Amino acid sequence: MSLFLAKRFATFIATLLGASVLTFLALEILPGDPALVILGIDAPESAIAVLRLELGLDRPALARYLGWVSNLMTGTSANSYTYKVPVAELIRERLEITLPLAVLAMALSILFALPLGIYAAQSHDKSGDVVIMSASQIGISVPNFWMAILLIMFFAVNLHWFAAGGFPGWSSGVGPALKALLLPAIALATVQGAILARFIRSAILDTMREDYVRTARAKGLTRRATMWRHVLRNAAIPVVTIVGLQFANLLAGTIVIENVFALPGIGRLLLQSITNRDLVVVRDLVVMIAAMVVTINFIVDLLYAAIDPRLKPHDV
Amino acid sequence: MQGDTFLARGLRNRSFVAGGLLTLALVAVALLSLAWTPHDPLRISIPTRFAPPSATHWLGTDQFGRDVLSYIMVGAQTSLTVGIVSVVIGMTFGVTLGLCASAARGAVEEAIMRAADFIFAFPAILLAIMLVATLGPGAVNAIVAIGIFSIPEFARLTRGAANAIWVREFILAARAAGKGDARITIEHVLPNIASVIIVQVTIRFALAILAEAALSYLGIGSQPPTPSWGRMLAEAQTRIFQNAWLAVFPGIAIALSVLGLNLLGDGLRDITDPRLARKR
Amino acid sequence: MALLEVDNLSVTLATARGPARAVRGVSFALERGETLGIVGESGCGKSLTALALMGLLPENARATGRVVLDGIDLAGLNEDALCRIRGNRVGMIFQEPMTSLNPLHPVGRQIGEALATHRGLGGAALRAETLELLGKVGIPEPERRIRSYPHELSGGQRQRVMIAMALSCRPEILIADEPTTALDVTVQKQILDLIRDLVRELGMALILISHDLGVIAENVGRIAVMYGGTIVEAAPTAALFADLAHPYAQGLFAAVPRVGWRRDSNARLATIPGVVPDLPDLPNGCTFAERCTLANDACRAAAPMPIEVGPNHSASCIRTDAARLSRKSA
Ligand SMILES: Nc1ncnc2c1ncn2[C@@H]1O[C@H](COP(=O)(O)OP(=O)(O)O)[C@@H](O)[C@H]1O
Ligand SMILES: [Mg+2]
Repeated sequence: MSLFLAKRFATFIATLLGASVLTFLALEILPGDPALVILGIDAPESAIAVLRLELGLDRPALARYLGWVSNLMTGTSANSYTYKVPVAELIRERLEITLPLAVLAMALSILFALPLGIYAAQSHDKSGDVVIMSASQIGISVPNFWMAILLIMFFAVNLHWFAAGGFPGWSSGVGPALKALLLPAIALATVQGAILARFIRSAILDTMREDYVRTARAKGLTRRATMWRHVLRNAAIPVVTIVGLQFANLLAGTIVIENVFALPGIGRLLLQSITNRDLVVVRDLVVMIAAMVVTINFIVDLLYAAIDPRLKPHDV
Repeated sequence: MQGDTFLARGLRNRSFVAGGLLTLALVAVALLSLAWTPHDPLRISIPTRFAPPSATHWLGTDQFGRDVLSYIMVGAQTSLTVGIVSVVIGMTFGVTLGLCASAARGAVEEAIMRAADFIFAFPAILLAIMLVATLGPGAVNAIVAIGIFSIPEFARLTRGAANAIWVREFILAARAAGKGDARITIEHVLPNIASVIIVQVTIRFALAILAEAALSYLGIGSQPPTPSWGRMLAEAQTRIFQNAWLAVFPGIAIALSVLGLNLLGDGLRDITDPRLARKR
Repeated sequence: MALLEVDNLSVTLATARGPARAVRGVSFALERGETLGIVGESGCGKSLTALALMGLLPENARATGRVVLDGIDLAGLNEDALCRIRGNRVGMIFQEPMTSLNPLHPVGRQIGEALATHRGLGGAALRAETLELLGKVGIPEPERRIRSYPHELSGGQRQRVMIAMALSCRPEILIADEPTTALDVTVQKQILDLIRDLVRELGMALILISHDLGVIAENVGRIAVMYGGTIVEAAPTAALFADLAHPYAQGLFAAVPRVGWRRDSNARLATIPGVVPDLPDLPNGCTFAERCTLANDACRAAAPMPIEVGPNHSASCIRTDAARLSRKSA
């Protein structure tokens, strides 16, 4: 492993730890007594005392933090206060919807953005570019949940092609399940795709100004060959970063979109747990989403190393 | 390019003009709604509920018979307030931290930036949701949450821009003149990175409006009776099979506000950074 | 017929302040095997002239005038035909070896690319040819270096790679735009010698561009001095040094008594008072008038035409007589 990756790995671990501390502090220390938060202020004293014991609140904060983290790592989590099942189990079930949704949305977003961004860069300042950039400017400004509502209005209410929400479960077959995820994924992908297209365009335009692109043209390569052999791979480096960040945004976006389409994913679970004041679930969910974001950033770093020879240990 | 005034360059920039006009319109609507709306935005009138757009109710009425146009106009106040307060929170703390990190260098800079990294591990809306979960739903908590979580972005951006200024020659000159870090930061660094910060302010403003709308849509943002575009959409969605148009206008209001601020930010960036402007 | 004929070449840039004529009416001819140096302060339009010859001007630039290569007017060619000439009949080396190579491709692949494009070489033949080129430009251990990435090479080695790349298809003309400006002084001479030797060996014509008179003087048979986008004086190297006619060239050469001078570019530039005017502000008359001690109203009224001041020796100045007189008396 190169020094670059070793450093990134250390950062990865440190950030995970930092994020878990932050979550713990925010949800356990700040609001005062979690038992009070969960049961409400008018709960009887005895019930609160029982819950405090159940949550291990009699132990010092550090012990509770360490216990929580070691549980997280071994996968044995506490029971949800409302659902009375281990949180890990709950989350696993819900991830079966959220992860495919996020991946589908990311795939759609890249599928929109890549050709549009490349085309816009190639027709820089011509009408095609202007149209794509204006459209993406509008796409960026549309809130994803409104986009979702518009999609429901058009495809569910008017055309009856899709249901207005809900999820049949993977047991009903991959086809119907994917169909239920398609509109939500499109709603998420519109905004992300618009951002990505702009970004791809500007990354390509920046790369096209590089000296080595001029060198390639001076060798006699056509514009097309230069684009494919020299521009795109170099432009991929900044684009990979944005795709990584976007995946984090998509995960966050699913929280909202799942609620628009009544999809039983982690976003809906999070909101329900907040409404139920089920802090045990909220805490684990938050740290899990953060862990996913950090993991994606680490994967992005791995991708960098694969794309860019400057980050590999060299054999000189 | 010295002869050109800022305004002259601005008026030649299409993004700046369009974004500026849209943003001015947003502010004007919010201000106007303080004094006048076509109808009382909060007056409930069950007999005239779900009226489609007409001469009396330009954008129709909602499930309580409230005038949608008036309600949207008053909603602009909420969006603007959330945007302004949260951006002021984020900017004040973020810029201060960024400037400190850049002036102090070494361990302080490292500590501030690593702390920002931890917060970046959380998608912004997730953090807002988490904070609202602990502090309880409501407009004020939403504002605070949105504001707090724009601090790291402001800090990172400020530090980056400030570091680029610290290595410039006029800083050395100021040093030689015996000025301290604090004075150099305020007299030389801040004025030179102001344009970067202003661009970021417009972008964060737009994001704050989107975040407030999302939180209110989820029911954990501003609570009734505070008018909110996001909650209008949530309520409209329940009637989507009967009165679909209710879900159209609040969305347009959000999109236009965000579009205006984004365009304004793009335009400002082009105007204040001639290097970028030439690239386009 | 000359190998390359450039006739009244101008380049106009679209800038934020309106059109700027960065190159104005440049004309010269280059015979087969001839070496031409273009010298002038930075910003005088040397690079744009070179890029115009290659048809590789930046997006915001437009060229007018004629560039005729071996009887073919390049302006009449479409993009594909131009691609068949670039890197094949005309090779080019750029100033910045650090940024002129693609950081993501091994250097061997970058060298072989022109051969693959123009000669259709591939596989073992391409590899053998690439290895030979690497050896030719003096890179040790070609077998190993062929797989190296640019960041693993020193500046001098990268410039050698650039040279190998430009020469791979044995072009008739090599354009070297400030090939040594970005290099250490110790490496500069090695690279210049390499270029000169290879040019001789392969019988190429060379256009060597530099702001540094020393680089030019030792390596070319003919020199063109550029100022403000035009060639103000052009002559065979020895003739130019013997009899400078243009006041700008005189100022430029003042610190350089003869061929084999000492490198001291700061001293040289300090001899001409004033600065190069901004492009859009360039005056109607002689562009050098502002800085010229001999300038009169006639100089400011109209741009001077080139006049013959000796065999094969021309200068664009209406006061060459006064200029040569003041030089003799000094
Ligand atoms: N793409 C461009 N846009 C605007 N101005 C340019 C561009 N390229 C070059 N110039 C300007 O044109 C003039 C000539 O440039 P150049 O040919 O690169 O000079 P040099 O003689 O140093 O090689 C300079 O003043 C330079 O700033
Ligand atoms: Mg140059």
